[in-house]
Amino acid sequence: MALILRLMLCAFLLWPILGQAAVEVRKFDDPVTEQRYRDLTAALRCPKCENQAIDDSESPIAGDMRDRVYLQLQDGRSDKEILDFMVSRFGDYVLYNPRLEGRTLLLWGLPVGLVLLGALVVVLMVRARRRTSVRDLSPEERARLDDLIKRERTE
Amino acid sequence: MKRRLLLLLPLLGFLVLGAFLYMGLSINPFDRDSALMAREFPAFELTTLEDPERTVDASLFEGEVTLVNVWGEWCPTCKQEMPQLLDLADRGVRLVGVDYKDTREKGREFLAEFGNPFEVNIFDPEGSLGFDLGVYGAPETFLVDRDGIIRYHHTGYIRPEDVRDTILPEVEKWR
Amino acid sequence: MQILMIPEIGHYALIIALLMALVQGVMPLAGAATRRPLWMAYARPMATGQFLFLAIAYACLTASYLLDDFSVANVANNSNTMLPWYYKASAVWGNHEGSVLLWSLILAAWSFAVSRFSRDLPRDMLARVMGVMGLVSVGFLAFVLITSNPFERLLPNVPQDGADLNPLLQDFGLIVHPPMLYMGYVGFSVVFAFAIAALLGGRLDAAWTRWARPWTNIAWAFLTVGIALGSWWAYYELGWGGWWFWDPVENASLLPWLAGTALIHSLAVTEKRGAFKSWTVLLAISTFSLSLMGTFLVRSGVLTSVHAFANDPSRGLFILVLLGITVGLSLLLFALRAPRVSHQVGFSWLSRDALLLINNILLVIITVTVLLGTVYPLLLDALNLGKISVGPPYFNALFVPLTVVLCLFMGLGPLARWKYTPVRDLLQRSWLAGLAALVIGAVAPLLYRGEWNLKVSLGVVVALWIVLPMARDLWAKSRHSAGRVAGLKRLSLAYWGMILGHLGIAVTIIGVTVVSNYAIERNVRMGVGDSAEVAGYTFTMTELANRRGPNYLADTAEIEVRRGDSQRSFTMTPEKRLYLARGMPMTQVALSPGLFRDLYVAMGEDLEDGSWAMRIQHKPFVRWLWLGALLMAAGGVLAVADRRYRRVVTARDPERAVIAEPREATT
Repeated sequence: MALILRLMLCAFLLWPILGQAAVEVRKFDDPVTEQRYRDLTAALRCPKCENQAIDDSESPIAGDMRDRVYLQLQDGRSDKEILDFMVSRFGDYVLYNPRLEGRTLLLWGLPVGLVLLGALVVVLMVRARRRTSVRDLSPEERARLDDLIKRERTE
Repeated sequence: MKRRLLLLLPLLGFLVLGAFLYMGLSINPFDRDSALMAREFPAFELTTLEDPERTVDASLFEGEVTLVNVWGEWCPTCKQEMPQLLDLADRGVRLVGVDYKDTREKGREFLAEFGNPFEVNIFDPEGSLGFDLGVYGAPETFLVDRDGIIRYHHTGYIRPEDVRDTILPEVEKWR
Repeated sequence: MQILMIPEIGHYALIIALLMALVQGVMPLAGAATRRPLWMAYARPMATGQFLFLAIAYACLTASYLLDDFSVANVANNSNTMLPWYYKASAVWGNHEGSVLLWSLILAAWSFAVSRFSRDLPRDMLARVMGVMGLVSVGFLAFVLITSNPFERLLPNVPQDGADLNPLLQDFGLIVHPPMLYMGYVGFSVVFAFAIAALLGGRLDAAWTRWARPWTNIAWAFLTVGIALGSWWAYYELGWGGWWFWDPVENASLLPWLAGTALIHSLAVTEKRGAFKSWTVLLAISTFSLSLMGTFLVRSGVLTSVHAFANDPSRGLFILVLLGITVGLSLLLFALRAPRVSHQVGFSWLSRDALLLINNILLVIITVTVLLGTVYPLLLDALNLGKISVGPPYFNALFVPLTVVLCLFMGLGPLARWKYTPVRDLLQRSWLAGLAALVIGAVAPLLYRGEWNLKVSLGVVVALWIVLPMARDLWAKSRHSAGRVAGLKRLSLAYWGMILGHLGIAVTIIGVTVVSNYAIERNVRMGVGDSAEVAGYTFTMTELANRRGPNYLADTAEIEVRRGDSQRSFTMTPEKRLYLARGMPMTQVALSPGLFRDLYVAMGEDLEDGSWAMRIQHKPFVRWLWLGALLMAAGGVLAVADRRYRRVVTARDPERAVIAEPREATT
C-alpha cells in the first residue's frame, strides 16, 4: 500500500525551478519559542500538497509559510494571531485542528456523545444482566428459588 | 419490533455514509474557494514590472472591474493559458498581472514571447503580495470589482471554455 | 515470441479464475439452500482452481516485470531496466493494478486455506462460507478485469524503457508491507464469511465461534504486522522521522484493526459465555466492511491523502458499488436474521464479561471517532459547507484519552473472572500492582531526564498497569506442585497469547510516550570538519562524496558519531539521491538503531558553500513501537496454536442451534 508521491506532487507540479528543502537552519532565542515553532508548523497544513503539514513539506509555499511563522514568532505574536493570519489568507483548510464552530459541532460532539451513550449502555446492560445472575438474588428470591427447586425434586 | 429497528441502525448508518462517499466521488479536493472571497484586495506597495520607478498600490483597482492574474516565467501552465488571457483582453476585460517570484528580465522575456494582455504588471519578486492573496501555486486568477473587493477566484489553468462559461459572465455580473 | 505470449496467458488465467469464483460463489450457496450435497461439493475444487489460476496470472505478471516486457503498460509505467531484480518483482504490487491483483490472489489463498483446514466444518456451513468468499472474489476479479487490467498492452508503440518504480517504493519495507497488510485486510473476509454463513444457516453457537476465532486472530496478526511495517517504512524512508501521521490511508488500515481487536474480544465472550452473539456478528461484518472501505478510500481519491494512488473516479465508483452491495446486503441480512432474543447470560459489575463489554464499547467509540475524523472533511464538502482539514491534533486529542481509559480497564481484565469476581479478590490481586505502577510512573521521568513530566508519567503508569497485574496473575497461575516450570508449561497457549498481546500494547505505549516527549531534533548547517552535539552525541562530518548507484546518483556525507567523551566512534552515511529515470530527488537517511534510542541523520539541502543543511534526531525508545506490534501479532498467532482449536470438533451433524429463534410474535 502507501505509495507516496509527495515529492513529485509537491515539489514538481508547478514549481520546476524553485526547489526548497524542508530542512532549515533556524535560530531561536529560547526553547519555548522553538517548541511553539514546531507545534505551529506541525499543525498547519500545506495548501499545495496532498496531505502534509508545512513542517515536512518541500513545497515552496510551505517554506514561505514556515518563514512567516518564524518571523511572527520573533515579533512576539501569539499562536492564535499566527493561526488567524494564515487562515485569513488560506482559509480554514490549513488548520489541522479544526475550530469548534457550527459545522464542526458533530466532529467534536459525537465522540463525547458516544462516550456518554456508551457509559449508559454499559450501566443498563450490566444492570439487566445482573438480575439474571444467581449471585444477586435477594433473600426472598433465593428462598423462592429454593422452594421451586424443592418442589421440582419432589414432583 | 423495537429490537428489529435497532438492528437496522447499522444498515442506515452505512447507507448515509455510502451516500456521502458517492457524493465525494465528484468532488475535487483541490477546488477550494479563496479565503479572500468578498474581502478587500490586500494592501500592497510594489513597483511595476515595466517600470522599476513606478510604485502601485490597491488604488489601482478603483473604478473598474479588473481581472488579476498571478503568473511567473517559471510556471509552464501560465504559458498555456496566455491565449485565453489575450482573448479576454481583446474582449475589453481589464487585466492586471502579478509577476510572482520572478526576475525582471525573465518576466519581460515571458511577455515578449507569449504576448502581454495586462494593462500593468505588479512585480512581486519575494512573493509577498502572492502570500497575502493566499496564492499557493501559479497561475491563479482573481476578479476584483470596482470597489476593490475580490469577487471571484480561479485556481490553476484557465481553459477556453472557462473564459466563456464562468469568467466572462462573472465580469459582466460585477460591471 | 513465446515471451510475448505471457501477458495473454495471465489475462486468460484471470478470466478462468473469475469463472471459477463465480461457480464457487453460486453453487455451494444454492446447494446449501436446497440441501443438495452435490452442489455444495463444488466449493472445494473451485477454491483450489481459483487459487491456482490466480497464482498463474500473478506469476505471469511477475514474469513480465522480470523480463522487462515494456509492451505491458503496467510494466512500462512502473519498472525500468536499471531496477534491481528484487524491486522488479515487488514493483508488481507497487501500483494500482498489480496491488489489486495481489489482493485477489490473497483472497483466493485464504479461500483455499479455509477449504483445506476446515474439514471438520459441517458440510452446509463450509459451503456457505466458501460461497460468500467466492462472491467477494467475483467482485474483486471483475474489478481487476473491467477497470484495472494489469495485462493491458502498449502495442505497437512499445517504449524503449520503463518509467521506473517510484524511488520511495524501492525499499525493503515496501517489499513486505503491502502483502502483510493485504493478508490482514483480506483475512477478515474469512470471519466475515463465517458471520454471513451463520446468519444464513441460523447457526451461531460455541462451535461456530471456535471455528471463526483462529482465522480472526491470524488475520489480525497480519494486519498488526502490516501496519507496523508501514509505520516503520514511513519512519526511515520519508526523511523526517515521523511514524504516524493520521493520514486517511493510515486511518483506513487502523479502522479494521480497531474493529478487529474488538471482534477478537467479543468472540471470546461469545465462545466462553454464549453472550453478545449478534454483536459479534455485527463486528465481524463491520471489520471486513472497514477493510473494504479502506480500499475504497485509498483507490478512489475521495480523500486528499499524502498517499496519492492511481486515483480514478470510475474505479472509485466500481469499488463503491462493490462496497455498497457487499456491506449493504450483509447489514440487511443482519437486520433480518440476527439472533432476536439473546441468551440472557448473567454477570455482575466486577466480571470479565463486564470488562470485555466496556472494552468493546470503547474500541467501537475509538473506531467511530477515527472514522468520523477521516471522512468529516468529505461530509462538509459534500454538504457545501466548505473545506476543512482534520489532522493529528484532532486525533491525538481524542484517541489518547480514550486509549488511556481503555487501558485502565484492560489492566483489570485478565484478573477478573467470568460472571463475578468478589471485590476483595480483585483488590487483593491488583492493589500492589496499581501502587507500584503509580510510584514507578511518578519517578520514571525524574530518573530518566531529571525532570517531572506528566505525560510520560501517565504513559508509564498505564503501561505498568497493564503489565504488573498480569505478571502477578502469571505468578499465581504458575504455582504448581512440580515446580514453577511445570506450572508455566501447564498454562494454555491461549493464555500466553493474551499475555503477549497485552504486553505488546504496553510496550507500544512506552515507545509512543517516550519518543513523543523526549525526541530531540536539530537542524544544523554542516560542512566537512564541522560538528554538532545532539543528546550527548557528537556528530562530525568527515567527508562529502558523490557516488553512482544502479539507477541513481548520490551525494553522500560521512558522519562520525561519538558518544560523550568515549573513544569509540562509528560512522553514519546519509545520502541525497537523484533517481535518474524520474529525475526525482530522495533523502536516504542514516540510522543507528538501538533498543533504547535511534540516531537519525538526514541530508537536507545543499547550501552551496560546501555545507549542507542536516537534520539530526535522537529518538529514544522508538523501536518499542514496532516491537510492541510484533509482540501483539505473536500473541495473536500463539492463541491460535491452542489445543482446543486442534481438537476435532464433533459437529458434523448440522444441528440447528440457537441463532434464529422461532419468529416471535411482533409486539
